Amino acid sequence: MIHVRTGTDSQILSVGGYQPARVVPNSEIVDRIDSSDEWIRQRTGIETRRYAAPDESVIDMAEAACRQALSRAGISMEKIDTVILATITYPYQTPSAATALILRLGNPKAAAFDISAACAGFCYGVGMASDFIRSGTSKYVLVVGVEKLTDFLDLDDRATSFIFADGAGAVVIGPSDHPGIGPTIWGSDADSRDAILLEPSWNDVKNGAAGGVWPHLSQQGQTVFRWAVFSMSKAGLRALAAAHVRPDQLDAFIPHQANSRIIESMAREMKLPEKVVIAQDIRTSGNTSAASVPLAMAALLEEHPELHGGLALLIGYGAGLVYAGQVVQLPPKP
Amino acid sequence: MALSQAEVLIGIKEIVEEVAGIPAASIEMDKNFTDDLDVDSLSMVEVVVAAEERFGVKIPDDQVSALATVGDAVNFIVKASV
Repeated sequence: MIHVRTGTDSQILSVGGYQPARVVPNSEIVDRIDSSDEWIRQRTGIETRRYAAPDESVIDMAEAACRQALSRAGISMEKIDTVILATITYPYQTPSAATALILRLGNPKAAAFDISAACAGFCYGVGMASDFIRSGTSKYVLVVGVEKLTDFLDLDDRATSFIFADGAGAVVIGPSDHPGIGPTIWGSDADSRDAILLEPSWNDVKNGAAGGVWPHLSQQGQTVFRWAVFSMSKAGLRALAAAHVRPDQLDAFIPHQANSRIIESMAREMKLPEKVVIAQDIRTSGNTSAASVPLAMAALLEEHPELHGGLALLIGYGAGLVYAGQVVQLPPKP
Repeated sequence: MALSQAEVLIGIKEIVEEVAGIPAASIEMDKNFTDDLDVDSLSMVEVVVAAEERFGVKIPDDQVSALATVGDAVNFIVKASV
């Protein structure tokens, strides 16, 4: 007979965020795509976003977000036994960004790996971290979402250049005496895999088939918008039902920050009552893919400290197309 | 069963009011979504998604841009419901 471990309930103990110093307003972007500040605000809600410095790496940003999360949790890095890093912009296939991160953070022995679930990556990570703790595999897990999307952005692309940006967000997830993270609802709609792509492939860059074009993101905006509006409110309602939480019991809604119009549509479709505070960090952060949910969580708690310990619905969705969401108790006040 | 033009129009009025905040009373068959009702392409996608759910029809992406007026949308849905 094989002995198995059992764990404890789990909860988010803290959140940390890092945004690069450089603020990029729409006015800096519009000339190359023949657009306007007003059009971008109206269609996406974005007013400004942050771009990393050329020498600022995914690891630099992840480290800063993690140090803040660790400090707010009052947990030393030695106690972290597992690190899950969600990104699509670490420019090395292997070793993982997570192993570079644990080395920086001073615990090179922790289990560490990257996940590739694009804008859903952070919520995939939260689900895994919670289940690792519940099963006894891990005790304290760092989940970090980080992107330097500007390395893979075509500034002349009218469909994407104004959307994507850089940043990092992290949470410490640990044991709890009550369930602090609800069941994860996740899945894919891979029939629409072509709707968001990062192309050409490294092979095509190497063999010349790319014609000198560097890999960059492309997006069929209308397809993605339609999918998000149609499917993601339903996924959100499933996450609420799985956690036995009614919309009127929620304190906050923190979806992936893809587009303020999608966020408003989801809130409307789910019939969230007005008292539910809705994260709209996209206005000043743009779409930071895997970093967007934890960055939005950190910003929301700064702005609304009364939400510490409240119930929030998280949902991430993006390239794949993939999605994941769960109801969580927001971290206590540091 | 085919839907009637009148019942689809009522449904479209309710959807456009909810999505775009335009009073149902000002929504008529001859109104142009963009020029008369100020419904932009993203709101149009929301209207289409809601109409598909409500009326149980499919409105493919490549058809959406052809739906210039409320009447175009109503007639498309009536036809698709047959």
